[in-house]
Amino acid sequence: MGVPFSDPLADGPVIQGSSQQALDQGMTLEGTLALIAEARSAVPIVLFTYLNPLMAAGPDVLARAARQGAHGILITDLPVGADPAREAWLGAGPLEFVRLVAPTTPPARMAEIARHGRGFVYLISRLGVTGMQERVAAALPASIASLREVCTLPICVGFGISTPAQAREVGALADGVVVGSALVKAAESGVDEALALVRSLRAALDEGGA
Amino acid sequence: MTQVATDRFGAFGGRYVPETLVPALDALEVALADALADPAFERELTHLLETYVGRPSILTEAPRFSALVGAQVWLKREDLNHTGAHKINNALAQALLARRMGKRRIIAETGAGQHGVATATVCARLGLTCVVYMGEEDMRRQELNVFRMRLMGATVVPVTAGTRTLKDATSEAIRDWVTTCEDSHYIIGSVVGPAPYPRMVRDFQALIGREARAQMLERAGRLPRSVVACVGGGSNAMGIFHAFVPDAGVELIGVEAAGEGVETGRHSASLTKGEPGVLHGTLSYLLQDAHGQVHPAHSISAGLDYPGVGPEHAWLKDSGRAQYVAVTDDEALEGFGLLGRLEGIIPALETSHAVAWVAAQAGRWAADDAVLLCVSGRGDKDVAQVAAMLELGGAS
Repeated sequence: MGVPFSDPLADGPVIQGSSQQALDQGMTLEGTLALIAEARSAVPIVLFTYLNPLMAAGPDVLARAARQGAHGILITDLPVGADPAREAWLGAGPLEFVRLVAPTTPPARMAEIARHGRGFVYLISRLGVTGMQERVAAALPASIASLREVCTLPICVGFGISTPAQAREVGALADGVVVGSALVKAAESGVDEALALVRSLRAALDEGGA
Repeated sequence: MTQVATDRFGAFGGRYVPETLVPALDALEVALADALADPAFERELTHLLETYVGRPSILTEAPRFSALVGAQVWLKREDLNHTGAHKINNALAQALLARRMGKRRIIAETGAGQHGVATATVCARLGLTCVVYMGEEDMRRQELNVFRMRLMGATVVPVTAGTRTLKDATSEAIRDWVTTCEDSHYIIGSVVGPAPYPRMVRDFQALIGREARAQMLERAGRLPRSVVACVGGGSNAMGIFHAFVPDAGVELIGVEAAGEGVETGRHSASLTKGEPGVLHGTLSYLLQDAHGQVHPAHSISAGLDYPGVGPEHAWLKDSGRAQYVAVTDDEALEGFGLLGRLEGIIPALETSHAVAWVAAQAGRWAADDAVLLCVSGRGDKDVAQVAAMLELGGAS
């Protein structure tokens, strides 16, 4: 569940556009939490956000998010070791604090990130910002393998996964796939299009045995 | 957890970036320390500063302006550097560092275009590829600088997101770097961004204050009572302040852009009116709304039109070591004309904010107090914009 931010510097054009559109229509972090409560989803919900809206929401925001039905939180611009006090606050619960590993992360740091992560580790599939791409990064299987060596948490892979074929390919190696921009893009055409994409992704993963 | 001890100024600063950039920032930190310990790096930098940039920049007395203010005003002439502003001090040093790191492609953001021009210039000199991100609105305001960058072989990429100014150009430059950090170096133009940038850029600009302090002692026989500089991101201000921070008797005054007035919400006065927050990798004062969304900045000068500010300024403000004031667009326009009429020096619109603040302080200082004013850049780039505004306003 994405929380819109005015300056999403890790996001490509699609999510930049949807963030701006959401903000223009008055969406806030509080509004996002209200949507989670309304959805009463059977699957766990992870908040995707930048740090600044979270800081502005005050220290009790994590408890409020949990009460509304969120299970985890992922912060794009708070890498492991950047701010021990705020990381301790986030790590204390009640949300699972999901940490990210990048293609540039050296193995020793991978191990450190895996130690601090909760829920799952989010592996960024390629250099760059969020957005769709033709092919899954060639180095991805090697990245997954080296992360697997130092990590007991499930590994979910995101950035650039947009089609059922890509989901199947990545799903065969990882424990989960994250699809963002492609879903936002589909939702621009309507809820039915977004639902159809989710179903086809799910079917591809089931066929692949993930 | 591994944390670099020097990456904070009090509570401010830090490294709030996507994970992808953490190893690149670590590598930069190591390469910087290595370069600073290498006499050959300093020799080459000093040689180019002296024979290419034209340093040391001179210190100029301002007798007629001084008479108006009622104190002895001295001007530190960064406007006389090659490319017309202080920006080249940092751009040159970082470009040499990038070359040492084996990175042949340079990324930069620019507001007024001065940092973009400085970066394009040093890239031409060192044979590096240069890509400059610039907001579409700023490209309109600073057409001449766009042309200058392209003349020197740089690619200028228009940024059409958000407010189409420096904030969005910086976001786009960071997005480029997240994608290309293995072979590109990002030359940030101000004392902002993730660690080690704020400290590194300050250190590469600190020669402004070192020179000025020695020049004041030699020429005026004393330290200034006040050191005044404009603050957008705050690189010329940190550059001139740094050498004076240990001098308790010297007050440090940063002049922000009050735009249409700090009460109107249309300004760039982050230290005066902002709250602590995270933007572009650093924790500092930030113009933002109650939901933590960044509030668009406004200033007549593209170089000050930024909703954040360097974290060391945030710390100097909170510790009380420096004071920050704000000057409106209209006041800055008067400062722009004033220094030209009284001293034959046309300052950049950014600098004009500092000029206007000093001009308005008649009676604040004793007659023999010295005031050191940083002329961060020259106003040639702004002449067309100001002429158009004066015409629209009906003035002659």
